[in-house]
Amino acid sequence: MASRVGVVVFPGSNCEFDVVEAVRGLGGQAELLWHGDASLGGVDAVVLPGGFAHGDYLRPGAIARFSPIMRAVDAFASDGGPVIGICNGFQVLCESGLLPGALQKNAGLKFLCKPVTVRVETDTTALTVDVRVGRELRIPINHFEGNYTCLPDTLAELRADDRIVLRYTDNPNGSVDDIAGICSAGRNVVGLMPHPERACHPLLGSTDGTPLLRSLLVRAGAVAA
Amino acid sequence: MRFAVLVETRLRDGVADPQGATIERSLPALGFDGVSGVRVGKAFRFTIESGDAAAARAEVEDMCKRFLANPVIEDATISIERQGAT
Repeated sequence: MASRVGVVVFPGSNCEFDVVEAVRGLGGQAELLWHGDASLGGVDAVVLPGGFAHGDYLRPGAIARFSPIMRAVDAFASDGGPVIGICNGFQVLCESGLLPGALQKNAGLKFLCKPVTVRVETDTTALTVDVRVGRELRIPINHFEGNYTCLPDTLAELRADDRIVLRYTDNPNGSVDDIAGICSAGRNVVGLMPHPERACHPLLGSTDGTPLLRSLLVRAGAVAA
Repeated sequence: MRFAVLVETRLRDGVADPQGATIERSLPALGFDGVSGVRVGKAFRFTIESGDAAAARAEVEDMCKRFLANPVIEDATISIERQGAT
């Protein structure tokens, strides 16, 4: 049976259909999950998509963590289930404490919307099990608050435990240590600023997002039991 | 006892503040020269019912740590004043 990926829709999410489309293009099943629901409906993987959940009120991601579904996402992640946060989803994961650190305004004071190159730094996370370390991927970013920062102790921990998943080859936003994506200690929760779902078809200018989403499907299948 | 609370949050030193930087760059155009160090923050005003000022402050501090401010990038200052004291 194909893995089922649940894509959470918050009020203000706007990349959910892109993720669903990309997952289906890779042969996976995808469905939307409403943020107000308390259950994940038995999906094998969860994606928190990009957008402006709850209007980014207070801070990006700050209100989304109170959405009823986040309690289920938290439990799912604690059980080792794969959870990916893309862009605003990454901000939600940081605000909800599933990932450490925070995303601050871009260093260049500009909203950035352009393709960037990221290097895969580890192949043992829910987003990269199917990708070779060192591979460079061309994937778009689309954010104002994508400048990853964390306390020095946290950064040391991320480095020591090989939890930096993606690094920019040419840092666009000032992120500490060129970080474009990180994972949890269990390696099943991954947050990243680039949008792999927007690089899944030749018509979009790049198919470099597919190995990442395919990795998620591989991992989701492993969890399905 | 009811207390009036003012919480101000601002980006910590060293954290980029594009709004502050843009405002600072714009001020000279209106003739305001010599302004530096502009930082934009948020202010939250509310009242809280609590046993005493210390308890009210402790509760607001917890609120700041867990919700109103993101301690990784923001600092918060709290002012508390008793309301309707005779």
